[in-house]
Amino acid sequence: MTDTMAAPGAVLLQSTVRPGRRLRNVAATVWMWGALLVALIPLGAVIYYLVSKGIAVFNLSFLTEDIPASPRRTGGGMGPAVVGTLIITLTAAVMAIPTGILGAIYLHEYGAKGKLAAVTRFMADVMSGVPSIVMGLFIYATWVLVFGLSGFAGALALAALMLPIVIRSTEEMLRLVPNELREASYALGNSKWRTIVTVVLPAAMAGITSGAMLAVARAAGETAPLLFCVGVTSKVNWNVFSGANTALSAQIFANAQTPFAGAQERALGAAFTLVAIVFLLTVLARFISSRYSVKTR
Amino acid sequence: MSDLDLRSHADVTESQTAADPEAAPGRPTADPSSVEPSAVAPSEPEAAAGPGDEGPLDPSQAVFELADLAVHYGEFCAVRGVDMTIRKNEITAFIGPSGCGKTTVLRCLNRMNDLVVGARVTGQVLYHGVDLYDDRVDPVEVRKRIGMVFQKPNPFPKSIYDNVAFGPKVAGIRKKADLDEIVEEALTKAALWDEVKDRLGKSGIGLSGGQQQRLCIARTIATRPEVVLMDEPCSALDPIATARIEDLMAELKHEYTIVIVTHNMQQAARVSDRTAFFTAEVNDIDDTRTGLLVEFDATERIFSTPTDQRTENYVTGRFG
Repeated sequence: MTDTMAAPGAVLLQSTVRPGRRLRNVAATVWMWGALLVALIPLGAVIYYLVSKGIAVFNLSFLTEDIPASPRRTGGGMGPAVVGTLIITLTAAVMAIPTGILGAIYLHEYGAKGKLAAVTRFMADVMSGVPSIVMGLFIYATWVLVFGLSGFAGALALAALMLPIVIRSTEEMLRLVPNELREASYALGNSKWRTIVTVVLPAAMAGITSGAMLAVARAAGETAPLLFCVGVTSKVNWNVFSGANTALSAQIFANAQTPFAGAQERALGAAFTLVAIVFLLTVLARFISSRYSVKTR
Repeated sequence: MSDLDLRSHADVTESQTAADPEAAPGRPTADPSSVEPSAVAPSEPEAAAGPGDEGPLDPSQAVFELADLAVHYGEFCAVRGVDMTIRKNEITAFIGPSGCGKTTVLRCLNRMNDLVVGARVTGQVLYHGVDLYDDRVDPVEVRKRIGMVFQKPNPFPKSIYDNVAFGPKVAGIRKKADLDEIVEEALTKAALWDEVKDRLGKSGIGLSGGQQQRLCIARTIATRPEVVLMDEPCSALDPIATARIEDLMAELKHEYTIVIVTHNMQQAARVSDRTAFFTAEVNDIDDTRTGLLVEFDATERIFSTPTDQRTENYVTGRFG
């Protein structure tokens, strides 16, 4: 009698988990943490290397001074490349981000399962797989040969690279907005377009911004399409539409392969500057999206 | 501004003064012929509200007139054979088993089915004599007058204030003072004001389920619709929150016409003046279900002396 009474509770004290399962659990946990460490090592090493080598050459005048005409010279700065990277990337972003977001709105909110939407989606996928140098070659053949080298030609190539990233990431974010919110807006007598502007986009804003920033960061680091679209200059050129320009990524490529210590230092400084710019842009985007994104408290 | 033209201002002010439910039936009406039905219609829910024998219906009391309504999704017929008249300042409940088309019919009343790809509505839905599915009717205008509260509370991920002010802003009201007033009025009517007045800037998502649903009701009535459609508004709520929303409905019906879909028969019996019982027929060929309206009558009669055997089986619990 007492035995049977005690049994239901006592069962809890003896585990029925088999030893094999415990072992697999430990193994999986160790593997997971190990993989995390392995992934962190190269990231940490790159940042350590860049900061330790780059910080030595990095200062305010490095950001503003012209690039020395001869790679043999030491000192000088990366002013033209900083300006070039900023204005070329900005121009590309201005072209690609609004177009991409509008394209994604069409794909998800209007086109849905239509033929045009399917074709557009497919083309965006194909475009995101096109190597950047091919995009550069395309702009070289269609634009540079006609209008000459300019920052804008580089921006066109970068915009073409950014566009599919923006379209697909934005579409994913729009998909995450619950349909109930759209219905609630319609039920209040809101039109479709205003529902998108006042309800859907704000709800998806954080994700859309992240996707757009990812595209910007990718574009800022691109080298190949800039090499033959933008040209090279050692003087600051604020005019994105005419004259040869240069960019940090192109300067890293050019300077790092010279045998001269001064140029190599500048390459490291440029690499550090580029990473810092991308980092700042990411922080800025996080800040902006947190201000406009979903309020949960 | 045109969206306000259809609703009679006289009615709103009258019923606002008649906050006491007892006072409502005695409310003066312009048209003498309407005295007979309206004297009985807006009575207390507990009195089971029988508008009684279908006397001559004053046309001005009919908000919706449905005739031979059917809805298809592609080839599939979701519901058919719906004939009913929904009257002003009454609560009309739709009850019936799952898949019988209650929600589908409800969503016909403010053209929400337009949003479903492949949905097709046949038959007639008259709103104050105007066919809602006439080509000239703009669904956006329809939804400004016929609001909807959904099954799952769906506040926008915005502040409480912005949730309620959303509809009025859509209607073009921009002045802060006007919006403040509307927000307070709507939240007060939805019995939520005291709970949220100190945190209007906080997100609507942070409220409890019952509060969120009352926020959604406030958001709907802030646009001052004539009709409020409710699609199982209490199915996600606990009994206390449900009771609050039912009390709220009893209050609101003096100003609004309410149509509610519910799975809860007690709820229909408690709050509604008229009840429509739907059921689902299984089609032998492809095993799909088509809903149809079985019986539509005063709530009291549906629950005490239904004329159809199927209604009786359902309300007595012999068939679910």
